[in-house]
Amino acid sequence: MIQGVQLDLISEERLESLTSMEKIRMILDEVMAGNIVVLEKGLSPEESSKLIEMTMMEINPDGFSGIEMETYPARSRSGGFLARLLGRRESPSRLTVIGPANQLKMLRKERDLISAWVSSR
Amino acid sequence: MDILTQAKRRFSRFFRFFFKKKRTRIGIYGPPNAGKTTLANRIVRDWTGDALGPVSEIPHETRRARRRENVTISNSNGDSIVIDIVDTPGVTTKIDYHEFTEYGLDKEDAVKRAREATEGVAEAMHWLREDIDGVIYMLDATLDPFAQVNIMMVGIIESRDLPVVIVANKIDLPDASPARIKSAFPQHPVISISGLEGTNVDELYEKMIEFFG
Repeated sequence: MIQGVQLDLISEERLESLTSMEKIRMILDEVMAGNIVVLEKGLSPEESSKLIEMTMMEINPDGFSGIEMETYPARSRSGGFLARLLGRRESPSRLTVIGPANQLKMLRKERDLISAWVSSR
Repeated sequence: MDILTQAKRRFSRFFRFFFKKKRTRIGIYGPPNAGKTTLANRIVRDWTGDALGPVSEIPHETRRARRRENVTISNSNGDSIVIDIVDTPGVTTKIDYHEFTEYGLDKEDAVKRAREATEGVAEAMHWLREDIDGVIYMLDATLDPFAQVNIMMVGIIESRDLPVVIVANKIDLPDASPARIKSAFPQHPVISISGLEGTNVDELYEKMIEFFG
């Protein structure tokens, strides 16, 4: 049988149709099944925080050991006078790749390039 | 710091003066083995004569958040702040017990440590969401600051609008590059220290008084 790794590329439209918890659950379910998930638009800081927390709850010995995740650094954005006055400094999230920590290894990360290596289980 | 940021900070201080919480809790965050507990111990020892927790070369030695109340930090100008210092478990997205067996722990102890570490990371995230008023974000200056967990954590801290001082630790080591950390987070003050040797911690105390006061 040919060994391989499933890669799911999730569009921005599909992500926007999901609630935060649906998004996190979908990511974790995929990754725990050994798949690599590529999000066209990354997670918000709040969602990232919950993803870390929920990942920790799913880790178990000799099973799931967590996630590897990379995204491009946020583009710098002034946000305009009103946004700065109101303190809205949230940066737009960008393309993000998430996979099982024991299968996805980042080889190189630059401002405009992410190079990763994926192994099958 | 631009005029707008300064004005916002002044307004925030003015607001805090009238609606002051009983305590300002400063969380020491960062990835595992960045030197968080070493710094927490130094701060607590310098200002109370006590200590907060044990340190170890094995990652995830701190697996529960530890808090020391009413630590008063002052400078020669007579300015001071009273804070609670919260030493938190190192934040990561992965924990594999095999990592601990490489340090000589047997499987049972390594699995136990891994389980406690996962609980500790979740607890640290919970503290950040609910109970922290300012953050010292610790980085090991010999490592790549662009690691995803750092980008994520600083983003989370910024989104909560918490004041943050970034600490480039371990400058006593030959590979340390605080400049790399400054270039990674130009929007925040970065203080270079050696928590182990105490180098430059006075500058950190000054910045804490300025930022968290």
